[in-house]
Amino acid sequence: MNYQYILQRLILAVVVVLGVTFAVFSIVQLVPGDPARVILGVQANEENVAAMHERMGLNRPFFEQYFSWLGGVVRGDFGTSLITSQSVSDQIAARLPATLQLAFASLFIGLAIAFPLGIISAMYPRSPIDLFASLISQIGVSIPDFWMGILLILLFSLSLGWLPPSGYTPINEDFGDWLAHIILPAMTAGLISGSIQTRFIRSAMLEVLGESYIRTAYAKGLSRNVVISRHALRNAMITIVTIIGLQMTALFSAVVVVEIVFTWPGLGDLSLEAVLDRDYPLLQGTVLTLAVIVTFINLLVDIIYFFLDPRIEYA
Amino acid sequence: MAKSNTATLETEETRPIGLLEGVVRRFVRNPVGMVGLVFITILVIAAVFGPIIAPYNPTAMVAFDARFAPPTLEHPFGLDELGRDQFSRILHGARVSLQVGVISVTLATLIGTTLGMIAGYGNRIVDEVIMRSMDVLFAFPTILLAIAVMAILGRGVTNAMIAIGVVYIPIFARIARGEVLTVKNEEFVEAARALGASDAAILWRHILPNILAPIIVEISLSLSFAILAEAALSFFNLGTQPPDPSWGRMLSEGRAYINQSAWMGIFPGLAIMFTVMGFNFLGDGLRDSLDPKQNR
Repeated sequence: MNYQYILQRLILAVVVVLGVTFAVFSIVQLVPGDPARVILGVQANEENVAAMHERMGLNRPFFEQYFSWLGGVVRGDFGTSLITSQSVSDQIAARLPATLQLAFASLFIGLAIAFPLGIISAMYPRSPIDLFASLISQIGVSIPDFWMGILLILLFSLSLGWLPPSGYTPINEDFGDWLAHIILPAMTAGLISGSIQTRFIRSAMLEVLGESYIRTAYAKGLSRNVVISRHALRNAMITIVTIIGLQMTALFSAVVVVEIVFTWPGLGDLSLEAVLDRDYPLLQGTVLTLAVIVTFINLLVDIIYFFLDPRIEYA
Repeated sequence: MAKSNTATLETEETRPIGLLEGVVRRFVRNPVGMVGLVFITILVIAAVFGPIIAPYNPTAMVAFDARFAPPTLEHPFGLDELGRDQFSRILHGARVSLQVGVISVTLATLIGTTLGMIAGYGNRIVDEVIMRSMDVLFAFPTILLAIAVMAILGRGVTNAMIAIGVVYIPIFARIARGEVLTVKNEEFVEAARALGASDAAILWRHILPNILAPIIVEISLSLSFAILAEAALSFFNLGTQPPDPSWGRMLSEGRAYINQSAWMGIFPGLAIMFTVMGFNFLGDGLRDSLDPKQNR
């Protein structure tokens, strides 16, 4: 096996993460005018502005500020919040589990919908189930995620009273309550990502089902289930894994929105709070953490892709 | 008689057709694309003529006593929490959506395509620098990147356009670069170079026209995402500011009163969904019509 591909992907991921840190750090520097005045408001006196410059390190040269901040980040120190004076790292650590739980639950729901629907619609193209799947995926692609959240709250919380409309209980405190709270937000992000994945799984399966080795497998007398599971799905998985990887950015984007709609106490909700409060250190910490998670997942997908298809080479 | 029939067939059925005519013909025969075109035509009419068609001023409290009134003939989409006519607000909201969509996607197309073309045509270092920068932008979940840009620029609809434009630059850069890589070694580019054309002239006159098809398709699809992103930013109170109507903002306001009036949370959502669907259908139709594999 040519492990150079993995090494190159690793180097690329490190370069991207470094670029991400630079972009995230530049958020404060790119604010038009004096960031300290923007944070404190137009009526702030000179003394307070000077104190804010000192606190944020804005007096120092740009690269000195960047490398000092980067050094802190590497040690897990993202600075302190301008509003609460709490450690940003502590706030991120407190919110990260909720985001990851929601992301994995959404991915699970999405795949649980997309795999059966995508495979069956590829097995019976232009059948009623195929048309149903394509209608569902078209709606899923077009529906705003925050609106889907509102509709689900309207139906399951306000009309039927089955599930809570918002809130969060830590999983280790009360599993039942955690489950009741995560279902609606995970369904919102999951239904949308699932409908997009259905399209990709269907087209990947359709392409594979037209290959000559599938005809050969049928000619050998293998049953349809064996052909689908051992031959078609295995080969389609290469495309499917890539697509799921590419969808992770979209999934986390949906998770950010859904957290805000359901006041789910994760990093997306925290990011919006930080923007509305102009709490730049907090915003930098949350945005950086989410971008690094997405980069890490993409790297993982590249590596899985390599093991699924050893012919792949770095291009 | 038979001879004249053959002549008629030749002129109507088998005469060679121009590239654009072929695209239009295929598009007209594509039901998905045509449905998209109808949706978008309705959107454009609402955006352009909204102020004339709208029965009421979108920011006026036309019936404060009848707040949260359900849909009636007089107010087909009902009234909101301040007694404003929801139908008039949705018509005005179409203008915001279309404006944000068109301006942000134009920004993304111009910058992204230019960067992608330079990356694809330039040397390895230029390519690496541009495309790794695009990879950095790709690492951010889209809405988070838009929120971060809004944190730099501040709230407001103009800044939302810039933020959404920035988010979609890497998509156009990747598409343009990929297309340039497949076209740049073609004979017609070699011929232009042999005739002494400058790199800028080769890119502008010879390469760009040959990579336009996938970019046009991406413009249509990106418009749908841009409209979704504007709605989300306004929903988060970062985009359009009150009292201006925008679909995302209306949903944000409607969410607080969803118990009293469910329609406040339904009609703006439907408007967004049909608009996004329209641009997606249009994009799919254009892709099918512009696909060179279908050119006969």
